[in-house]
Amino acid sequence: MTTVDRSHDHLGGHAGHHDEGSYLTPKYGPIATVWDWMTTVDHKKIGVMYLFAVLFMFFLGGVAALVLRTELLEPTRIVDGQVTGAALRPFVTGEVTPTSVGQLYNRVMTMHGAIMVFMFIVPGIPASLGNFFLPLMLGAKDVAFPRLNLASWYIYVFGSMFGVFSILQGGVDTGWTFYTPYSTTTAGQPQVIAMVLAAFILGFSSIFTGLNFIVTTHKLRAPGMGWFDMPLFIWAVYSTSIIQVLATPVIGITLLLLVFERVLQIGIFDPGLGGDPVLFQHFFWFYSHPVVYVMILPAMGIISDVLAVHCRKRLFGYRAIAFSSLAIAAISFLVWGHHMFTSQGELAAMIFSFLTFFVAIPTAVKVFNWIASLYKGSITFTTPMLYVFAFLFLFSIGGLTGLPLGTLSTDLHLHDSYFVVAHFHYVMFGGTVIAFLAGLHHWWPKMFGRMYNERGAQIGCLLVFVGFNVTFFTQFFLGTQGMPRRYASYVDEFHMLHMISTYGSYVLGLGFLVHLAVFVHSLFLGEKAPQNPWGGLTLEWETETPPIEHNFHEEPVVTHGPYDFDEVVPPGWDPKDYPLPAPAPAGSKH
Amino acid sequence: MATIDTHQPALGKDDKSVPLWKRYHHGHHWRTADDEFDAAKIGIWLFLSTEILLFSGMFCAYTLFRLMYPEAIAAGSSYLDWRWGGLNTVVLLISSFTMANAIRCVQLDKQSWARINLIITWLCAALFLAIKLTFEYGPKWAQGKRPGVLFNYPFASETHEPIWWGIYYVSTGIHATHVIGGMALIALLIYRQAKGSYGPSHYTLMEGVGLYWHIVDLVWIFLFPLLYLVH
Repeated sequence: MTTVDRSHDHLGGHAGHHDEGSYLTPKYGPIATVWDWMTTVDHKKIGVMYLFAVLFMFFLGGVAALVLRTELLEPTRIVDGQVTGAALRPFVTGEVTPTSVGQLYNRVMTMHGAIMVFMFIVPGIPASLGNFFLPLMLGAKDVAFPRLNLASWYIYVFGSMFGVFSILQGGVDTGWTFYTPYSTTTAGQPQVIAMVLAAFILGFSSIFTGLNFIVTTHKLRAPGMGWFDMPLFIWAVYSTSIIQVLATPVIGITLLLLVFERVLQIGIFDPGLGGDPVLFQHFFWFYSHPVVYVMILPAMGIISDVLAVHCRKRLFGYRAIAFSSLAIAAISFLVWGHHMFTSQGELAAMIFSFLTFFVAIPTAVKVFNWIASLYKGSITFTTPMLYVFAFLFLFSIGGLTGLPLGTLSTDLHLHDSYFVVAHFHYVMFGGTVIAFLAGLHHWWPKMFGRMYNERGAQIGCLLVFVGFNVTFFTQFFLGTQGMPRRYASYVDEFHMLHMISTYGSYVLGLGFLVHLAVFVHSLFLGEKAPQNPWGGLTLEWETETPPIEHNFHEEPVVTHGPYDFDEVVPPGWDPKDYPLPAPAPAGSKH
Repeated sequence: MATIDTHQPALGKDDKSVPLWKRYHHGHHWRTADDEFDAAKIGIWLFLSTEILLFSGMFCAYTLFRLMYPEAIAAGSSYLDWRWGGLNTVVLLISSFTMANAIRCVQLDKQSWARINLIITWLCAALFLAIKLTFEYGPKWAQGKRPGVLFNYPFASETHEPIWWGIYYVSTGIHATHVIGGMALIALLIYRQAKGSYGPSHYTLMEGVGLYWHIVDLVWIFLFPLLYLVH
């Protein structure tokens, strides 16, 4: 088959847009439907497949986290060569040796970190919600390269399988950062190589998604949609994509060199052979620092959009928020050195410290704009909005605790302690995961055509919020008191705080179970969602719920901004009154 | 891109007398064939930027180890014969020229010339690999000039020579992998071009592969002096 035929057979022609059904409606028998999904180039189906894949990985990583917290319930003590108080003992088959608990802890810790970073939080929002909503919000029929999009999903699954294979083989104890020379000398050759290759392969999927989104944003905006008419979620995903495309190749070559170092001992990173382990750290963080903005920027985009819709208010400082996304993307490439303050010269550390404070400015611009947008808005306390408030609260704590870590003098005291763990989780969980949940609840009705149970979701939100704070706020105290990160055992003085943290993590886990129950209930028994349940003005609400296969019956024409609630919405309206009287489709080229 | 003629009448898909490229219809999510072509080009350029960043890691490592162990790098470099490297540079430059020629021929609908140019491009790529294997990798490997643990060249003058060979094999190896990938893509072009898939109004894949091939060439243009000429 040639390109010519394929583009037609798979994507369908121009005909049939007006009588087609929802993208979820199966057109064939069960087996053919599965095949249809596995070979689909529809960004909505790929987004849904990504959503389930990343949520599954989130589940695996979450279980690992709960195992870690359970182990930390009691300090592991080694008395006369016997392990006492190790809550992990039931997990260890066979003889419990003094080292086995610690080793198992290291492996579970690495599993938690590697899965959460490479398989959940990096692809998380862009690949699932971004894939589904970026073309819809732009008024496009699909992403620029639909087959590349499907390929990125398969590469993601293939890469994740390497990671799972590594875990099934016994796992890796290097930590998710794979620091040399430990990662090139520690036991478990096949596991380490499999895990490193998993991260390498997942990089391709990340690059393909980012590349696709950049081109889609440039070339597939609906008629009438200029750059400053785009929803801020698009701006955020666009900025994210730039980082994905420009940073990921560097981790690619780094991990490749790590594999060669491990297999052939080429001596580039191993000081024993004349190599430079700090070079690995530079390479690693040149990717892995920008990538924390890959994790947080789409979350910020979700917050902008959800906040505007649920307070029915034009966002304050649209351009400031849009440009701050780009500014964060640009500055993110200049701050990697703050992960290595103690392994580089003083001058370099001072420069990186300064640049680190610099990145706080566009971030603060966003937070101030969001809070200013709340003023005189009609705030509704739906679950997405509750999560927006949770985000503003938790992310601010996460951001502000980053400052003592960016300051050289205080960082010398706090680095590699639980303070870092708590800061990181306040930003990544309190920021990204909370925003992911906000977006998921906000767009769930559009994606699956069903409402969720509001009360149940609010209870879940409360449990997650309380559980999260109990788990991680205690860790700030642990860190300032000197509890180092990545340790399986600790002195008795930390016992109480560790216990509180662990119980908090159980509440957090319970919160997620409530959310899972609410979503499952919604899929099977939820009431049918209207076209525009929240009264949003962005284009995804102008199509049916769930969207039809080709997204829109007619190519939409943008006649108002994404947040022009004052101009567009008649006074005294209700979301149920939507769709609004459609603007004249003049100039539609469809 | 200005050469694309979007005013071609839409012809029947099944009319075998019309060449495939005239029957090409752009993807349904695009408004025009121009948009589709431009998008593909932005995509390719973004992809090329990732390629440059991938190799920049190797150039970074090269610079660092040159600063750390200048003698070892100089000693290692002196084992390489600039004549083979130079010949390979010429071979790749010719292939880049014929690749560009092939695209121009397709734009002018000179299909036989396009085919000849594509085939020369593919042969040059094969010649590059053949020279690399027969006269460079092969003898050096046999003498024990290998990377890392495999290194057992008895006359090494510097203790850190294995690192040099590590950098040499990894950087040229990744480049050679790209050449092999390019050969697969050019072979696909030869096959499709023979079926008449490309013509003045549709040559997106040729343009993309062409750009990729130039980058592969360009990386070698930097690798060659750094590895062979600078002592």
